[in-house]
Amino acid sequence: MRGSSPARARNRRIVNAIFVGGCGVATAIALGALVLILWSLVVQGIGGIDGRIFTLAQPAPGSTGGLSNAIVGSLLMCGLGMLIALIVGVLAGTWLAEYGGRTRYGHIVRFMNDVLLSAPSILVGLFVYELLVEPLGGFSGYAGAVALAFLATPVVTRTTEDILNLQPNTLREAGMALGATRAFVTRRIVWRAAATGLVTAGLLGFARISGETAPLLFTSLGNQFFSADMAAPMASLPTTIFQFALSAYDDWRRLAWVGALLIAVAVLAINIVGRLLARETHRP
Amino acid sequence: MSRRLDFSARGAAGEALFRWTCASAATLLLAALGGLVVSLAIGGWPAFRKFGLGFLTSTEWNPVTEVYGAAGPIVGTLITAFAALLIALPLAIGISVFLVEFCPRRVARPIAVAIELLAGIPSIVYGMWGLFVLAPWFAEHIQLPIIMSAEEGSFVDRWFAGVPNGANIVTASLILAIMILPYMAAVFRELLLTVPPQVREAGYGLGCTPFEVIRHITIPYVGQGMIGVIMLGLGRALGETMAVTFIIGNSHRFPGSVFDSGSTIASTIANEFAEATSDMHSASLVALGFVLFVITFTVLATARGLLARAAR
Amino acid sequence: MILRCLSILLLALGALAPSAPGFAAPVTLSGAGATFPAPIYAGWAEVYRLRTGNRINYQPIGSGGGIKQIKARTIDFGASDKPMKPADLAAAGLYQFPTVVGGVVPIVHVPGIPTNRLKLSGAVLGDIFLGRIKRWNAKPIAALNPGLPLPNLPITVVHRSDGSGTTFLFTSFLAARSPEWAKVVGASDAVQWPAGIGGKGNDGVSAFVKQTFGAIGYVEYAFAKQTGAPVALVQNRDGAFPPPVAASFAAAAASAPWAGAPGNYVLLVDQPGRAAWPITGATFVLIPRNPADPARAKGVLRFFDWAYHIGDRAALSLDYVPLPPRVRIMIRRQWNTAVTAGGQPVYPTR
Repeated sequence: MRGSSPARARNRRIVNAIFVGGCGVATAIALGALVLILWSLVVQGIGGIDGRIFTLAQPAPGSTGGLSNAIVGSLLMCGLGMLIALIVGVLAGTWLAEYGGRTRYGHIVRFMNDVLLSAPSILVGLFVYELLVEPLGGFSGYAGAVALAFLATPVVTRTTEDILNLQPNTLREAGMALGATRAFVTRRIVWRAAATGLVTAGLLGFARISGETAPLLFTSLGNQFFSADMAAPMASLPTTIFQFALSAYDDWRRLAWVGALLIAVAVLAINIVGRLLARETHRP
Repeated sequence: MSRRLDFSARGAAGEALFRWTCASAATLLLAALGGLVVSLAIGGWPAFRKFGLGFLTSTEWNPVTEVYGAAGPIVGTLITAFAALLIALPLAIGISVFLVEFCPRRVARPIAVAIELLAGIPSIVYGMWGLFVLAPWFAEHIQLPIIMSAEEGSFVDRWFAGVPNGANIVTASLILAIMILPYMAAVFRELLLTVPPQVREAGYGLGCTPFEVIRHITIPYVGQGMIGVIMLGLGRALGETMAVTFIIGNSHRFPGSVFDSGSTIASTIANEFAEATSDMHSASLVALGFVLFVITFTVLATARGLLARAAR
Repeated sequence: MILRCLSILLLALGALAPSAPGFAAPVTLSGAGATFPAPIYAGWAEVYRLRTGNRINYQPIGSGGGIKQIKARTIDFGASDKPMKPADLAAAGLYQFPTVVGGVVPIVHVPGIPTNRLKLSGAVLGDIFLGRIKRWNAKPIAALNPGLPLPNLPITVVHRSDGSGTTFLFTSFLAARSPEWAKVVGASDAVQWPAGIGGKGNDGVSAFVKQTFGAIGYVEYAFAKQTGAPVALVQNRDGAFPPPVAASFAAAAASAPWAGAPGNYVLLVDQPGRAAWPITGATFVLIPRNPADPARAKGVLRFFDWAYHIGDRAALSLDYVPLPPRVRIMIRRQWNTAVTAGGQPVYPTR
């Protein structure tokens, strides 16, 4: 930054141009990958979408059916799992950012959370199996939701802490100066200021669990019939996709692509709605 | 805020309750991991007792003779996770800088949503896409030209040998990189957005180029959060299962070249657990899961130490 | 705000859940296990529900999963492609019986060689998968295929990466016909492969074979038939090369020694008879000998009895082969003594 000979200035401009170009290329690569993958989803899946997908349960090969059982199961289990993950994750992330993050215990919790991020989902499924399924004597949608919560919580915690940490301290000091308690400042001021970031945390967590197959195999098992009873075995889109995508029958494979497309669309929709909501609450 | 600010009445009790709730959420997290690790240690114990240290050093993985050694998957896990991180990190930085610094906000938003969408595509779809689209393309346009241009016995010949069908550790790392990219880019973008404009403008005021502002001001400002981004990516890469399983070729040997097939711990578990009928086979797979935790633990601790030192 | 919002949602969900069982009034019996028979069990269950109103929910979680879950009694019946040994059955208090038969076929990708033309013996197939025969024009292959234009192309072996009943059948056949294979590798649902690359599922194997010139792999018959992959013929015990069609699988099932096999432990690979396809196998259902809830066990047996009676057409349309009638009669008789509650048959049959 020091010195201003013309050669140096030119070098700096060149480096900068390369950097800016590189950033653009990186974005183009990611978007390119997305387009390629979405393209195959749309090409293979769009033709199979009709009303029956939402009204009929999964068929046997060669007969007509839809994915209603899997859609409802996924909604219920992801919804409950996400709810648990948001409550635990936001609170734990808040504790790390606002209270105990600098203590020894805080360091341990943060580190363990990072470790938990990499837990292969099948092992989480096994753990929840031993925790809930075997003692209670059967597979259930509740067990599936707990396994999914297990996977989303570390993402939410990690993101929440990072976002809260970057809220300027002046914000907190202003609140405290007015005589508010730390809890009040955190809930009413810091959380509010960090709203978009927290929504990102939730969206990433949701994206993480919406396509998970392995943890559900040994917890919610699956159900080929329509059932909204969370105490019984419950179907889900990813397990159905998995079963159908690897099968020999064309009609099953087509349904698998439809299911994958539905998940992608759902994640997109939730992403957009989440961002709109965050923008609303963000407004003073 | 339309309501009257009435917070003095809640007072100390509310404060303590909130603090206590947050702390117990953190403890719950710790207990969850503790329970998971303990259950893996117990489940994998028969394998550790039978094979001892050989479980970690042997590449023999034979379900027929019931001899299990995990060296192949361990090496495969490390190689693919780091390769994926190496590919994804510059991309994630590039994307988030592009969106925050160079892109008009109205365009940046949809692009950001689109990239987060990458995180929502089910793992199995990545696997199928890798198998049916990426692998054949890679074999035809990258692998074959390299193999055919190599002289026999040359450096290139040895290091790029492999079956030309695109199922190897490079394509597996590529898929992994695409999968962890949205997480890293999203969090990094949020971090950049929180850098106060005054800080950056001060840099521009000094006559810095955008590159210099980012390199010397923005990235140091988000410092600790950057570590978080890397941990998020590395953590996901180490544990990702289904997509890798489809495309890595699944051999329990050490990869002998860049285009050789390999396996990862997660892919081995996913491949074999469902059909493992013998007790020692499933114990070994659970033990493999325990090893993954130890690896994650070590890798993350080392990475954190190195990054903290570099940040200083 | 957020907290309050969340707690309201939580309450709403909590309130919804108990009311939900209204949807699920009829009793649902749950089974889980092998992936291979999942399509036909789903097909039978769909018709069964329309005819009787009873629901049989079957989920493919793998044979190992099926055995573990029925041992833990978390499901009403388990299913496995690999029969349990009589001693293991007794230890777990289980009874097993076969339901349908299927076949495994080698698929190849060799330029100039159409389907059903390449002939391979068990020993040659074993040497290929051992990595000892490395090229398609090698002498042992040429000797079996006079007149076939075999190219000088390296062989790429493709096997299943996941544990699978398909692998169990294929390696059992190799172990039976190739002493080298039996010594070096052996037979199991997952083995230590001496050569080649592993694809996930039938789909992964067939994709790798399709993408690689000179590749050879093995898949379930239905998969080869539906995808039109070129199939290689395999020499059976009597020296013949039967076509891979339903009749050949049925021939193998017919000549197997069902009667007197303890615990119904029968492998259909390498059966005698000129028409018998050599890599054939049955899939099995596992239920407790003394079920805790006899009514549920009765429901399971009634379902499979129904399938034995009128499920053949559905099975054939999905490329499964029904069991020979005399085997079905034998199994139905077994139920009287094999599955009991308080000494009485749970589901009496004539």
